[in-house]
Amino acid sequence: MSPAKRAAEVSGLYVRFVGDAEVLEHIVERREGAKVPKGSVQKLLALKEDQGPQECEGSVGEQDYLDALGTGATAGEEDGGGGGGGSSGPGGSAVFTFQTAKRSHKMAQMASEMARAPGRTVTFCSPGSPEAAGSPSRGSRGAAGETRTPPKGRKVRFVSSTPHRLRKRLAAPNLRSESDSDLSPSHSEDEEDDDEEEREEKEELREAELTTPSKVAAAALYRTPAKKPKKGLEPSLVEEYFTAHASSKVTTSDRTLQKLQTPKLDQETLARLLDGKPSSYADEINQLNKEHEKFFSKWMLQLQLGFNVLLYGLGSKKPLLERFRTSRLLGVTHLVVNGFFPSITLKSILNSITVEVLEHQGSFRSPVEQMDFIMKSLRQDPSLQVYLVIHNIDGPMLRSEKTQQALGQLASLTNVHVLASIDHINAPLVWDQAKLSLFNWLWYETTTYLPYAEETSYENSLLVQQSGALALSSLTHVLRSLTPNARGIFRLLAEFQLESRDNPSYSGLSFQEFYQRCREAFLVNSDVTLRTQLTEFRDHKLIRTKKGADSVEYLLIPVDPATLTDFLEKEDAQ
Amino acid sequence: VTLTVWLFQGCFVFKPTAKKKRISGAEDFFVDGSEDVENGKLRFRLCQSTWDEMKEEIEQVQEDLNKKMLDGLLEFVKKSAASFWCRDDDWMSRMRASEIPTAALVLGVNMPDHTITFESMTELLHDSLTPFVASVQAKECTAMKQLMQKVLQRLMGTNVMVDEDEAEADLGFHTRDCPQKRVNCSLSALCDWYQSATKKSPVKSPRKRLSSSQSEFLQSPPVVVIFRDLEAFSPQVLQDFILVCSQYVHQLPLVFIFGIATSPSTIQRMLPHSVSSLLCIELFQSLSCTQHLATIIDKLFLTSKFHFKFSAKVLQVLVGIFLYHDFSVCNFIKGLQLSLLEHFHSQPLSVLCCHKQEALVHAQQLNDRDGCVMKSQTSLLHHPQGVCQKLLKSLHKYHKNFYPALRCLHVLTSILPKYPLGKQIRELYVLCLEKKVWETQEYDSAMQLIRMLAKDELVTCLQKCVEILTFCKSKKLKKVGQQLQDITATCEKLDSNLVDGEEGDRENDSSGKGLQKTDLFHLQKTLLEMKECRRTRRKTPYEILRNCGITAPLGLYDGISTPRLEPPSRQPSNSQNTLKNDSGIISSAAPDICIIYKLHLECGRLINLYDWLEAYATVATAAEGKDPSAIEGGKVDELKHARFIRAVSELEFLGFVKSTKQKTDHVARLTWGGC
Repeated sequence: MSPAKRAAEVSGLYVRFVGDAEVLEHIVERREGAKVPKGSVQKLLALKEDQGPQECEGSVGEQDYLDALGTGATAGEEDGGGGGGGSSGPGGSAVFTFQTAKRSHKMAQMASEMARAPGRTVTFCSPGSPEAAGSPSRGSRGAAGETRTPPKGRKVRFVSSTPHRLRKRLAAPNLRSESDSDLSPSHSEDEEDDDEEEREEKEELREAELTTPSKVAAAALYRTPAKKPKKGLEPSLVEEYFTAHASSKVTTSDRTLQKLQTPKLDQETLARLLDGKPSSYADEINQLNKEHEKFFSKWMLQLQLGFNVLLYGLGSKKPLLERFRTSRLLGVTHLVVNGFFPSITLKSILNSITVEVLEHQGSFRSPVEQMDFIMKSLRQDPSLQVYLVIHNIDGPMLRSEKTQQALGQLASLTNVHVLASIDHINAPLVWDQAKLSLFNWLWYETTTYLPYAEETSYENSLLVQQSGALALSSLTHVLRSLTPNARGIFRLLAEFQLESRDNPSYSGLSFQEFYQRCREAFLVNSDVTLRTQLTEFRDHKLIRTKKGADSVEYLLIPVDPATLTDFLEKEDAQ
Repeated sequence: VTLTVWLFQGCFVFKPTAKKKRISGAEDFFVDGSEDVENGKLRFRLCQSTWDEMKEEIEQVQEDLNKKMLDGLLEFVKKSAASFWCRDDDWMSRMRASEIPTAALVLGVNMPDHTITFESMTELLHDSLTPFVASVQAKECTAMKQLMQKVLQRLMGTNVMVDEDEAEADLGFHTRDCPQKRVNCSLSALCDWYQSATKKSPVKSPRKRLSSSQSEFLQSPPVVVIFRDLEAFSPQVLQDFILVCSQYVHQLPLVFIFGIATSPSTIQRMLPHSVSSLLCIELFQSLSCTQHLATIIDKLFLTSKFHFKFSAKVLQVLVGIFLYHDFSVCNFIKGLQLSLLEHFHSQPLSVLCCHKQEALVHAQQLNDRDGCVMKSQTSLLHHPQGVCQKLLKSLHKYHKNFYPALRCLHVLTSILPKYPLGKQIRELYVLCLEKKVWETQEYDSAMQLIRMLAKDELVTCLQKCVEILTFCKSKKLKKVGQQLQDITATCEKLDSNLVDGEEGDRENDSSGKGLQKTDLFHLQKTLLEMKECRRTRRKTPYEILRNCGITAPLGLYDGISTPRLEPPSRQPSNSQNTLKNDSGIISSAAPDICIIYKLHLECGRLINLYDWLEAYATVATAAEGKDPSAIEGGKVDELKHARFIRAVSELEFLGFVKSTKQKTDHVARLTWGGC
């Protein structure tokens, strides 16, 4: 791209900041169309995030996102202000609504709903400085100074940078072609290599160029009366799906949890913090659960008459089922299956039945054979009643077709009674017609609002810090069985990875460089030897290879730095 | 109580100690919670007996419905087996000799219902024709080897089972054979086994009472292989199996039965010509499931035999599920069972829902027991003693009259264009249950249309009505039937008169026709007036029906067969509604998961965790009554952080979000659409 052309484009980029008045007009109109009573727009959250003034290149992505965040509420503010400045008050600040809201009316409603109780506007400062302290690549983005969101003037500037996003949102149905050229690519921190950034730049510039003329068209379109009926149509679920998936790019801010003082809590701290914390609706929830308990006798009756009971609804149903179990099932043989348990298998369930319930000591060649045996022996002894309590029959390990089929076969036996719960939103898809007829469910809605404490304790959430104990022990184990040279090779890689832990764009050590280092350390004599060694590592899942953009192989140890440090320390100690 | 939380195990068995062992019957649970134990026990007994009666009736109906098809099938198997042994040398039979006789049963898409059909079929074949029946399902035979194994196992296994009863001596032979099944799983092994099994003794046949003319079968009964769900089989496996079997068709009298859910063309689609030409296919069509349902409704509800009736709503729900969801008669019957149970369980007055004499006794008992239960029911509160009995009597009488009248009305209206009162009798029935049918607009238009009917159509209808009415016991109806008969007779007479007249005087044709028209018109008019008065008379006790009306658990039934395909994304907002009821306002103090859910609705496909956390913290701080602006960046208090983590994990557990590698500290949203 020639500098001249580039300059022209940059100036082209500025064009969109001109159209404030126009856009404001539309916003105002839209507000009125949506019949939001003036001043009803309350502040859910106020964001005070400042941006370097129109630094188009580096900050466009972020800017856009923030624009999107600010749009709906700011618009409301403008409206409120314009209409006599009623609601927004002096303490009112730019509103941060979470992300682009497709129907700002609804969002406003929600915001007001949620903010009503405390009865105050919620202002909220976002941290600014971590940005600068963040990754080196952020530096180029022009870290900005942070101030509280100022009244009016500042806001207008916010709006002024809004048009594109807003226009796009409003015009999406009639301007498909434009929405294709999404101005907001998702910036992945991983991808922030230099060339990557350059490409993004170009893309943005091109997009800016594209959108400039279309804006006029879009603006013209707004003026047409055809707009009104368009707005009246509520987008259907299908349309919403396509809106959400229309573009492969998603705009979100690039802030990470690293900004927090405690980015991750470990499982224990979490449990400690949450333990004994009373819920604000304890009484109501208690009452609700008492209501459910009235069904216990009915469930027993229906179970005995050949139905099986399935519980659904928000909230952990384990305590409820547990109470049912202790109050009604103590006199009979029963089996409790924790479907949410990450390593539950059909085999373990069947084994419990054959070994502990039927007291059979033999082993089985296949689950099918085991099933046949169970079915046969249960049919032969109708006096043996077995109750199966399955927490989360939709658990990840029980979802497979075969497992459900087997459970269904069990459930269809006259002397096996199943009481199960489901939680996943797509859980009913597990069963097809045939299985449903095997299970013969009666669906009970038992919303409990209880926290899924146990169920999620296994969930390897992003937010919970892995203790790494498991990874560490397996690392040591595997490494111990290797030759000293192999250990040296691994160590080299580990050390290099630790050295570059502060570089977020680190994607691994390239094979060539690694080979060079290994040679220097007299660990290998040819790249064939190294490759053999790496294959072994890979088989043990000690390393991961990734092809980079330049088709060079990069090697990476998929373990977090802390564990790696621990590992090296341990090795040193030996 | 042992704790069922354990990190390394997901499955726990609890066995009662011998002391504690106590098996309470269903009755105890039925009675549990109701204040009147005696009443409860009575209701449970009534419930059981009503259900047993109904079940028996259903089984009878189903047997009758399947009878035709099964008889045809039986005949087919018999015939093909006969042709196997009485093989003539003529050209036709030599042509046929290499073909495997195959019966294709088109059963309809409601697969789970077929189980009963196949079971009764297997039983029938087993009892009357051959001990060698093997039934296989697609999901147990994914490869040729498994299919062979299953077929052999079932054929030989069945025989062993049969033998155990009759010929203990044979057992040794068979058990010796059993281990071989696994090792040598081929059709030639089956042939050998078949030869020895049949040659050994005619004792093999389980039924000795068969006539001697069938001795041929007894010596060499056909080997029947049933493929329950043909569509689900892999075509390759099926082709191989058929090819192999066709090689042995001279030694084994094989007969195949295909269960087909869609249409017979499936066979052509699955099997190439070279294979399908090895089969000699005969098609059998089972009764369609809608007809099946119609018969069930007819036999169970449109009769005064059973005293348990559906209300219009319940019937509509059940029929709706049937028509728009699964076409499963079994499910319909399950719905019936459930509503029966629910009715008897929740309505203390359901003791009256039984046969007339019994009900009268129960009513008396209720009265004797100072009628506190009765009094609690507002509808009967103001009635003096004895009224209840009277009402019960008239209700039973009403039922006796109602159903024949309903049928007559259906006969008359079902031939009308556009079916103003419904094409199926169940539609008319629902209409009658909902409101007074003679006051509806549809009824008026139907009557108008009837007036325009051609004479012969009307006469045939009336004759049908007469037929229906003559079977009634009630005097009133008999009288009406008589009247109708008179009218039809008059009609006929009129007709013949007219014909005479026309023959006599062709010139006066037009006037003759005019006469006919007016005459017929008058006739119809009187007829209808009569009918109308009859109907009104009959419908007055209708309200009583309501009193005993059935309230089935609609809500419960919702889910039985309608999987919630739509993600119940409204759950958290529901929760807000309930909370609204509780405290009057929706506050930011709503449970964490609700707040988190609401916030996540505002997002696109990816959600930035940090922003989410900040947004949450702000709302949560506001909820605590503090000034949210006091939050300094990055200083989210630990507890809030923990609560946030828990709520997000819960959303992840519920399947609303999942972690993603696309971007650091982001989660992907799995649903779409906001609010």
